[in-house]
Amino acid sequence: MRTSQPRLVQTVLAPIVFGVAVIALWQALITGLGIKAFILPAPFAIGAEFAGNLNNVASGMAVTGRNSLIGLIIGALFGITLAILAALARLLDEMVAPVVAALSVVPIVALAPVLYTMFGAGAETARQLVAALAVFVPVYFNTLKGLRQVRPVHRDLMRAYAVTSWQATRAVTLPTALPYVFTGLRVASSLAVISALIAEYFGGPVGGLGKSITSAASSSNYGLAWAYVLGSIILGLLFYCAALAVEKLVTRRSGG
Amino acid sequence: MTNTTDVPAVDVHSVSRIFAARKGPGVTALDDVSLTVAPGEFVSLIGPSGCGKSTLLRLVADLDVPTSGSIEVFGKPARQARIDQDYGIAFQQAGLLPWRTVAGNIELPLELHGVGKATRRRRAAELITLVGLADFASHYPDQLSGGMQQRVAIARSLAESPSLLLMDEPFGALDEMTRERMQNELVRICVETRAAVVFVTHSIPEAVFLSNRVVVMSPRPGRIRSIVSVGLGDMSGRSEDLRENEGFFHSLSEVRDLLHGDAAAPTGAQGVETR
Repeated sequence: MRTSQPRLVQTVLAPIVFGVAVIALWQALITGLGIKAFILPAPFAIGAEFAGNLNNVASGMAVTGRNSLIGLIIGALFGITLAILAALARLLDEMVAPVVAALSVVPIVALAPVLYTMFGAGAETARQLVAALAVFVPVYFNTLKGLRQVRPVHRDLMRAYAVTSWQATRAVTLPTALPYVFTGLRVASSLAVISALIAEYFGGPVGGLGKSITSAASSSNYGLAWAYVLGSIILGLLFYCAALAVEKLVTRRSGG
Repeated sequence: MTNTTDVPAVDVHSVSRIFAARKGPGVTALDDVSLTVAPGEFVSLIGPSGCGKSTLLRLVADLDVPTSGSIEVFGKPARQARIDQDYGIAFQQAGLLPWRTVAGNIELPLELHGVGKATRRRRAAELITLVGLADFASHYPDQLSGGMQQRVAIARSLAESPSLLLMDEPFGALDEMTRERMQNELVRICVETRAAVVFVTHSIPEAVFLSNRVVVMSPRPGRIRSIVSVGLGDMSGRSEDLRENEGFFHSLSEVRDLLHGDAAAPTGAQGVETR
């Protein structure tokens, strides 16, 4: 398409130009006004720390990323399974709904200290569970909503074809629900990273990004702390983009 | 599918359908309706909104169950006929699966009923040609116009070569020009497939142009007011010229009078069965 070229300029070039301008302005303000590093380090200083500690940041990303991924998988499996069951049995839906609603208003990372005592402070389990719980809520709600989107005309058609309910589920219900499931997963993917990371603030073993940020900050190594923050942003983006890519790939053709 | 000459394609016998209301006596959608459709016959159901014409079609399709009365399709109860896949059905909405191609949508019923891949392919290709979409087999529904989507839906309803086609305002959402073209195509398809058709519509010209008989219904409660035999001859002789034909206009005004005028019995009642 001929129209894609100006759009490419807009979607790729414009944010890059904007980002470079912001970083340049930031650097200029820090050096120009002589702002101290503990208030806000200069971007080049953060960049230097990031480059100098690339291995540490990467291993932090690996630890936190692993926790997030395990949490994402557990939470998603539970969310999808429970949603399918709730869609099949009205009674279960009514039983589960208040519990899930309660779960969705609990600040889930607040459970971290309790979970650390349950599973021991040396294990990553608590963090994975926190991530799983955070993931569960949006996946459950979106999947359940998706499973209820079957159009009446499709339901009539399946009845007219006299197929078994499993055939109808495979032919119509699941493909209809799929875009909703992936929307839930996309939202959940960033939540998983955020929750796993914040959970590190409340205890547990060292090595993850969250712990590294706090320890770098408490030893006045502000540039390094920000380098880990940069690492967390990259990790979050990785998860989000991966989920988005899978979503785009799977749901190319299911626009209602 | 054993449709010997004597067994009617559809036999509706004093059927009523009452939809329960939360309070009060409920809504009588159909009240004591009887109707027979012969094999190969094209019958239209026409009437204002709420006259129960769609309800009647849904009952024949066993998508809904009558409150009283009985419905037989090719001599079997409607439920058995549905399980045996004796009819094909098309709705007002095309109802295509957006994640399947045109060919995939037409193959859907065959696939669900365990027809082999090669047979499926061949049949879908035949039908795609029949409805004139040969260039669009691998397109997705969202790449097609409304009329094209409806043609795919009709092809899908024909996939298993049913001896009975049930159509619920399949052209209702189309513009007038597309609509007339689709009617011409439907006539051609019916001649080729020799299927009986029960066709719900609220367009008088559409009903008269397509049908052997037009069933005029009245609302609240839904009843058959009258049945008009359209004397336009065999389906195979129907073409665009028919729309200018005198008999066409005669039947048109006859159906219109029945729909609008209440008690006024139609004159020249030859061919009109008044119940």
